[in-house]
Amino acid sequence: MDWQAIWLTARLAGLVSVILLVISLPLAHWLTFSRKRWTFLIESLVSLPLVLPATVLGFYLLMAMGSRSPLGRWWMAATGHGLAFTFEALVVASVLYSLPFAVQPIAAAFAQVEPSLREASATLGASSFRTFVRIVLPLSIEGVMAGVVLSFAHTVGEFGVVLMVGGNLPGITRTVSISIYDHVQALQYREANLTALVLLAFSLAVLVTVYGLRRRPWAAAPLA
Amino acid sequence: MMCTIPEGGLLHRVRMTAIVAAIVALALGLTAYAQAAPQALTIAAASDLQTVMPELASGFEHSVNAKVTVSFGSSGNFFAQIQNGAPFDVFFSADIEYPKQLVASGHADAMSLYRYATGKIVLWARSDSGIDVKRGLIGLTDARVRRIAIANPQHAPYGRAAEAALRHDKVYDAVKNKLVLGENIAQTVQLVDSGNADASIVSLSHALSPLLRSHGTYFEIPSSAYPPIEQAAVVLTSSANKLLARQFLDYVKRPEIRRRLQQLGFATS
Repeated sequence: MDWQAIWLTARLAGLVSVILLVISLPLAHWLTFSRKRWTFLIESLVSLPLVLPATVLGFYLLMAMGSRSPLGRWWMAATGHGLAFTFEALVVASVLYSLPFAVQPIAAAFAQVEPSLREASATLGASSFRTFVRIVLPLSIEGVMAGVVLSFAHTVGEFGVVLMVGGNLPGITRTVSISIYDHVQALQYREANLTALVLLAFSLAVLVTVYGLRRRPWAAAPLA
Repeated sequence: MMCTIPEGGLLHRVRMTAIVAAIVALALGLTAYAQAAPQALTIAAASDLQTVMPELASGFEHSVNAKVTVSFGSSGNFFAQIQNGAPFDVFFSADIEYPKQLVASGHADAMSLYRYATGKIVLWARSDSGIDVKRGLIGLTDARVRRIAIANPQHAPYGRAAEAALRHDKVYDAVKNKLVLGENIAQTVQLVDSGNADASIVSLSHALSPLLRSHGTYFEIPSSAYPPIEQAAVVLTSSANKLLARQFLDYVKRPEIRRRLQQLGFATS
């Protein structure tokens, strides 16, 4: 069992889901409530990682981080080392890759909030921010939690992008999925199996949590 | 009424006969077509043959009436797939150990095992990296070399050779913290060609490809510095086209093909 890889993956996924929560709340709010005609363009951009293969994202990230790109040279000048093959690179890649998994459930939950409640709040003089914090967010808390859990889980299950920009450094960029792949490649099927089982159990637990939250059996019961 | 019913029945029977006849004719026609169509050969080939195999396949297709399909991938993946019944006829492995194990487990034909080439490794850097590869592996200890890409020694044969060469030249301990690992030799090339790694140890066959030739320079690492990267092909027991598969291996054994392999960066015996 590769505990180092498991711990690394947990840290990566934890950090990524916190960053995604911070990004997704305002982004989902804007996508849901903005009256701008071109919101659908941003919506499409956000959802792009859902349909793009990891090879495309990984390839572009590798190109963007390299010494031949302005971004890569800027990072090199600012930090003194390249961005690829670092933990930070995985964070950047995972935030991009898991973005729709955070934004979509949160935006869907925002959209289900009864408009009259928001209007009443505005009529009573609450600012847009106050309405969001006091009305929209509490009513959407299940969607927000689903977004956080799904982005955590999706980052844990990430493989292709990490393979392409990580460089397989133990303790830095060797995540669980890479570790399992290495074991399979080296024909160490027993070790691969052990780590894969942990991942399987974890993923199932996450999905049970998400769908359990969504079901809300108490909501179906008639109110007294 | 009395006579329309049998008439209708007759008409129905005639129509059915016509349909059956049409189906039989179509089936016969398809069978005839299948017999005239070329035989199909499916090859699983290690990624380091990407610059070589398309040429060999089309050459073979011209010499016999056959259609060759090549799948590229990592030898370890193919090994696992073949053990689980993957429908390939021939397996070209970058590491002779996989075909040997397939022979031992009865998945491949022992008589067909053929060492088609030995791989060579080189030190490669982009021209704009400012690194002089002609200094050899000792040049990698230079502070300007921050990241060195090699294939994963845990399972990629070129990676094992790269690590062995670094140890042989006694620079491994000095550079081991600079190493980044590619999943296979083709991905390792990507890591250095994109400018993310400063230098790399890759296969000579990749260094000789037009793309890398235009971007950088290479230094051939003496073959005494690492154990030979023996590559071998084998015909699979499950193949339905064993005759054609053996014909393909015979084709690869021809002197002109062996010379071509040498030009493309492989050693042949």
